[in-house]
Amino acid sequence: MARSVRRRRRGGIAAFILRRLLLGGVVLVLVSVVVFVATQALGDPARAILGRDATPERLAALRAQLGLNSSVFTQYVDWVGGLLRGSLGNSLAAQQPVSELLGSRLVNSLVLVSCAAVVSIPLSIAVGSWAALRRDRLFDSMSMTLMLVLAAVPEFVVALLLVIALATTVLHVFPAISPVPPGQRPWDHPTVLVLPTAALVMGVAPYVARIMRASMIEVLESDFVEMARLKGLPERLVLLRHALPNALGPVFQVIAISLAYLAGGVVVVEYVFNYPGIGSALQDAVVNHDVPVVQALAMLIAAVYVVLNLLADVATILVTPRLRTRL
Amino acid sequence: MSPTDTVPAGVEEVVTTTPPVRPSTLLVRALRLWRTRIGASFGLLLVLVAILGPYLAPHSPTDFVAIPNTPPGGAAGLLGTDYLGQDVLSRFLYGGRGILVMAVVSTGIGLLVGVGIGLVAAYARNAWDDVLMRGMDVVMAFPEIMLALLAVSLVGPDPWVVIAAIAATTAPRVARVARGSAQPVVERDFIEATEAMGVSRLRILTGELLPNILAPMMVEASLRLTYSIGVISALAFLGLSSDPNGPNWGTMIQQNQIALAVQPWGALMPILAIALLTIGTGMFGDGIARTAAGVDRGRAEG
Repeated sequence: MARSVRRRRRGGIAAFILRRLLLGGVVLVLVSVVVFVATQALGDPARAILGRDATPERLAALRAQLGLNSSVFTQYVDWVGGLLRGSLGNSLAAQQPVSELLGSRLVNSLVLVSCAAVVSIPLSIAVGSWAALRRDRLFDSMSMTLMLVLAAVPEFVVALLLVIALATTVLHVFPAISPVPPGQRPWDHPTVLVLPTAALVMGVAPYVARIMRASMIEVLESDFVEMARLKGLPERLVLLRHALPNALGPVFQVIAISLAYLAGGVVVVEYVFNYPGIGSALQDAVVNHDVPVVQALAMLIAAVYVVLNLLADVATILVTPRLRTRL
Repeated sequence: MSPTDTVPAGVEEVVTTTPPVRPSTLLVRALRLWRTRIGASFGLLLVLVAILGPYLAPHSPTDFVAIPNTPPGGAAGLLGTDYLGQDVLSRFLYGGRGILVMAVVSTGIGLLVGVGIGLVAAYARNAWDDVLMRGMDVVMAFPEIMLALLAVSLVGPDPWVVIAAIAATTAPRVARVARGSAQPVVERDFIEATEAMGVSRLRILTGELLPNILAPMMVEASLRLTYSIGVISALAFLGLSSDPNGPNWGTMIQQNQIALAVQPWGALMPILAIALLTIGTGMFGDGIARTAAGVDRGRAEG
């Protein structure tokens, strides 16, 4: 993280966190403008919804219903005001409030993403650290080649290869699709979570593992680790007390980006498995031109991304002793 | 520290502070590594399939050949038929061209725009730098597939909409790396010397800065191409391509996923093709990254 300490900050941790919060707020506002402009101001949502051969009367009626006749600025303020009050508008396809439509799907997606995070983060930190300790030996080269391959292949292709290997064609161990009946929760059917989780883990682990390895190598070569060794500390203490905490700093950033990446990755993976989360809802909404749902989900996913990055920045500072002293 | 300063990708950031290496030299050196050779051969193989495939296909991709989901053999051909009774082999041979062209075009546009913005930001050294890079942060707040989904939901899955959306997600990521690589170059004496000689800004950007960041940009190009292929095929897989029954690897997977247990080839061939193509571009890029960084130092100093 040489770059992160280039500009030295004044005012201590509290001021730093405040600055980051403000910047995050600015980014969120700009993101909402992008979402709004992309979905509402650039084109004609009414025409997108009704299709090319809609009658002028129906178009006019829908425009009035969507509030498209007021100025763009008023529309934007109304929309953001609704977002802040938690009212996300009505789904055009389902004719029910977006929040009702997405509520249970949000829980389902959170369950899936949490499973993926809980498995992938410790796993990739362990793989990355072990590869760094065994640098240039068999485990290192094998695991890093595997990570390179997994990072390159799109997650839906990985997901489908898992389906072919473990569900439909080679072995028949897990279900090929993961529907959750309405009114039930994914944890009522734990086996449906296995393959989607595995696919997301394989999509995210490479990034964390590779940065962990690189960071660990850098730390293991540093003076303070050598110092700790020269003091005669047992190797276990050198690694756990001195090397690991310092190596984890840069990894927090990548973990946050990976979690945000999970928010995007679920779109395709949920669709592969027919899993009823926000990802498959987004695919549905895009196919049906359901603008309010697309807006709400785009905003939600972008907000998750911004907040995770914010947390990562703060966590990086708090966890890395080197950076803390330079604030 | 900005929220997106960390490299989210697997390939380590390369910052050259040594004299520029000519791309051809870098390529020759990179090809000494096995991973570059494997990557290049996978990539070339699939590019050949995608480009020459349509000339080799035994049937039209939309002709009815035999009963739907017939396994390989006899009238059903080498790979059997798909869910509509079309020839899987022919559709496979036709299905790569569109993905490849769209991926190359969108990545190319994204690279040009991104390098431009990155160089201008690095050379500006003033408020423009901050304004440009914070603008890039906003675009990067969307996962790669999100912007494409936003655009497609409004305008429809027109190829140019997809290309524009993917170029728009590529550019900021490229710009960040270009700026990071150009910054140390801007501080060096020879730039000041060229400024003193009265060389125009444009000439300094293209003639002095650009050659110095070609190595990291080659790495970035293969990385971005890998992601573009992924996003474009994923969009088709989600049912968002301009031709719902067009021969396209992503569309083929979507159509034939349900028949995996009976006739796996209809989905398996395009799955393997996308996997090998992205592994190829990914390994090729990693080979160049390692060569450009010199020895494997884990992570180049940023």
